Amino acid sequence: MGNEKVITAEQLTKRFGDFVAVDAISFEVSKGEIFGFLGANGAGKTTAMRMLCGLSLPTSGKATVAGFDVFKQNESIKKKIGYMSQKFSLYEDLTVKENIRFYGGIYGKSDSFIKEKTEKLLQQLHLTNEANALVRSLPLGWKQKLAFSVAIFHEPDIVFLDEPTGGVDPVTRREFWNMIYEASARGITVFVTTHYLDEAEYCNRVSIMVDGKIEALDTPAKLKEQYHAESMDEVFLQLARKATRSDG
Amino acid sequence: MKQFISFIRKEFYHIFRDRKTMLILLVMPIVQIVIFGFALTNEVKNSKFSVLDNAHDAASAALIQQLDASQYFELQSNLHSYNDISEAFKKGTIKLAVVIPEHFSDDLEHQNKAQVQLVADASDPNVANTLVNYAGAVILDYQDRITQDKKLPYTINTEIRMLYNPQLKGAYNFVPGVMAMVLLLVCTMMTAITIVKEKEMGTMEIMLVSPLKPLLIIIAKAIPYLLLSIVNIISILLLSVFVLDVPINGSIVLLMSESILFTIVSLSLGLLISTGASSQQTAMFISLVGMFLPTVMFSGFMFPVENMPKPLQIISNIVPAKWYYIIVRSVMIKGVGIEAVWKETLVLFGMMLFFLGMAFKQFKIRLA
Amino acid sequence: MRTLKFILQKEFRQIFRDPAIIRMIFLLPVIQLIILPMAADYEIKNIQLAVADHDHSTYSRQLINKITASGYFKLVDYGNSYRQSFGEIEKDRADLILEIPQQFEKQLVREDASTLFIAVNAINGVKGGLGSAYLRSIIQDYNREVRMQWIQFPKFSPEPTIEITSSNWFNPLMNYKFFMVPGILVLLLTMIGVNLTAINIVREKEIGTIEQINVTPIKKYHFILGKLIPFWILGLVVMTLGFVVARVVYGIIPVGSFATIYIFAAVYLLAVLGLGLLISTYAATQQQSMLISFFIMMIFILMGGLYTSIDSMPEWAQWITRFNPVSYFIEVMRMVVLKGSGLADIKQQLLIISGFAVVLNAWAIYSYRKRS
Repeated sequence: MGNEKVITAEQLTKRFGDFVAVDAISFEVSKGEIFGFLGANGAGKTTAMRMLCGLSLPTSGKATVAGFDVFKQNESIKKKIGYMSQKFSLYEDLTVKENIRFYGGIYGKSDSFIKEKTEKLLQQLHLTNEANALVRSLPLGWKQKLAFSVAIFHEPDIVFLDEPTGGVDPVTRREFWNMIYEASARGITVFVTTHYLDEAEYCNRVSIMVDGKIEALDTPAKLKEQYHAESMDEVFLQLARKATRSDG
Repeated sequence: MKQFISFIRKEFYHIFRDRKTMLILLVMPIVQIVIFGFALTNEVKNSKFSVLDNAHDAASAALIQQLDASQYFELQSNLHSYNDISEAFKKGTIKLAVVIPEHFSDDLEHQNKAQVQLVADASDPNVANTLVNYAGAVILDYQDRITQDKKLPYTINTEIRMLYNPQLKGAYNFVPGVMAMVLLLVCTMMTAITIVKEKEMGTMEIMLVSPLKPLLIIIAKAIPYLLLSIVNIISILLLSVFVLDVPINGSIVLLMSESILFTIVSLSLGLLISTGASSQQTAMFISLVGMFLPTVMFSGFMFPVENMPKPLQIISNIVPAKWYYIIVRSVMIKGVGIEAVWKETLVLFGMMLFFLGMAFKQFKIRLA
Repeated sequence: MRTLKFILQKEFRQIFRDPAIIRMIFLLPVIQLIILPMAADYEIKNIQLAVADHDHSTYSRQLINKITASGYFKLVDYGNSYRQSFGEIEKDRADLILEIPQQFEKQLVREDASTLFIAVNAINGVKGGLGSAYLRSIIQDYNREVRMQWIQFPKFSPEPTIEITSSNWFNPLMNYKFFMVPGILVLLLTMIGVNLTAINIVREKEIGTIEQINVTPIKKYHFILGKLIPFWILGLVVMTLGFVVARVVYGIIPVGSFATIYIFAAVYLLAVLGLGLLISTYAATQQQSMLISFFIMMIFILMGGLYTSIDSMPEWAQWITRFNPVSYFIEVMRMVVLKGSGLADIKQQLLIISGFAVVLNAWAIYSYRKRS
């Protein structure tokens, strides 16, 4: 893992009226790292991630992604990142192949690149037979894996995953994390939010958000040590008890 | 029953949370009724006309003066030749040209017979037709005046009374029409779309496994729109009475009940559409692109149904707005009671049962 | 440019993947275009007449015969009480009452004058006005006949008469379909255009796919163009289909050139689709977008000059119609199809509609935000 910082955030804040969704968070993520973002529903994880992706304008603070400023250079950032949102966001009325081709195309990849890589990807996902099936007809687990593959299809520096394994069975979750490791091994930095605490163990470093603030940030091992806990579950519960915001 | 009420409550939350939609739903009918009430009239007022006066004598001057004085016509600068007419038509500066031949006065006085030619721009034949008729009536009036001066024997006079709408206001005709359109299309569209949306989002499944009967779920979805429509009906009626001066001559209770019946017909139609549509877009297409123009044209407020060819008169019967329009016109403006509109009411009632029955049947097929 | 190609490919695929929508885009206009124009006849025929005859004389019968023979009137009720006739009006079975007073014939012969009463249902003002005007002119004709019987004036008519001849230019047969068919085609085209685009972007918002688009480096105008072009082509296809129907069913061939119509339509469609996209960028849900487009459609269509004449509207309403693209297209259709106007004649309308197209699309691009 290099020391090159691909994401930096300093006092990053987002307000919606009186409500402070993200409250002055600061952190850095190194190249190739798998960085976990933990928190209860409504803790502000998604909002923080959306600011970094250029989907939401921060109210104050500073942040850079892949060396670009999130305030001014948000369109430049977009060339360097991949994103997979909480809501499944491939086109259900397009086929597997058409979806891949579309996203490859709008990232400016050449036809030959798209063609070759599509073949490879379909094989890896065991979707060769479903290449011309509508995405609508795939089971949820397959859809999620496909969505992830599409998010890193254009070989971004960083991929943002917003609760990628929601509603997926344990076997598929396992496979999904294998894909994340592979991506990371290829040098892609992974920024992932989750509320599955076992998944936190898979991350290189984990930050835990409570009520819009980062309450803890370290490797899973160090966090467990610091909070005298057996598992991340316990760490999380100790911190989450302080929460005043209700669910949602 | 408790579950049912909690379902209705949920639907209300959905609607009231979405402030923008609520606002549109409540303000739109008000704006429309005011704009259309004042602006729409199939009367042709102040139509621009010119005269090609080859006579330039006392009678021609008097005739032109009489035309200009009528509320239908507005005199534009005079024409000098026949060619000017087509020029003016092409530019659209006038709709009607009146050609008065030479020796108009002389002919009229000495031979008791003179001619006038009316030339109309018939690219809008309906307007042209009306203008020619009105101009004819004004000329007839002028002729009457000379006749009366001469005290001719054996004269049949006519006295005309305009019933219900002596000032011939467009609003008397268009308020009931617009009311029918707004209620029908808004209710149909909204119900169809809300239900299809649940289908699209997959939340319909969740509701169907609840212990509530499917029919009740559907009714619960429609009730908030029924209440919103009642608010709309009241605001439309208040506006027509106090702003547009269109009176409610009949019973308000009857008018309200008929309006509620019509709203339920529209909601049921929306329901039926929702069972057939797979996406919100399809639902919108059917309820807007498919129904808008037929409602405008067949309900009778734009084009009198009895003017249409027979097959179209038959088709017009399946347009719910037609029946409601007749009812509103009768109850609101003529001031008659249920004895005059019971047939139309029965038709609406039948339509409601038909739509609901069909919708429920379709719904069951899909569940099975 | 390459990006645009991929967006277009995707949009076209999505449109053609939903056969229900495709069917409706083509079928609804064709069916409506075949049926609706026949309903749009303002010419007043079959006016339902109720007669309350208190006289029962030769003259009253002659008069009634003359009226029914004219072809404009249908005698639906003949009685001798005004109240009964009025009941017919209340039940919508009659439009007009002619009341012939007692001693009508006697008074006319002995006192040289007699008065008939006409009562009209004037809720629909035009129908009332025209109906009574027809009736009056028939009565006057009859009056002349009566005079002729009593006074022997072989040479001249006893009263000054103004003979009215009328001619109708551009449409001498007064075929209202020549006016209505192109007009209705404009309305259908507008509805389809606005509705398809109004729902499009907001649909991606609702489903969530727009998020995925927004994190890509896609240019805003690429995205909007990608939405615009497929529907623009569809619109032109629908219009062509409409002209085929106009030709085959109604035998309508524009006096002017198709090129003029297509040039105007091409720009017009851009304006209308831009409006739809603009609605789509503002709306949060498909439902909202549909309500807004319904609202706008209703004003556009009812105030477009097809159904009611714009000249008869009050000043402020005429001012509103200046912002109504539909009114320009209907005017242009009327000019080109019936009067044979060319590009030079519609220059002003073309300029204005181009203005609409530029402003609406620029606004749509501006208001489409990739970042909230």
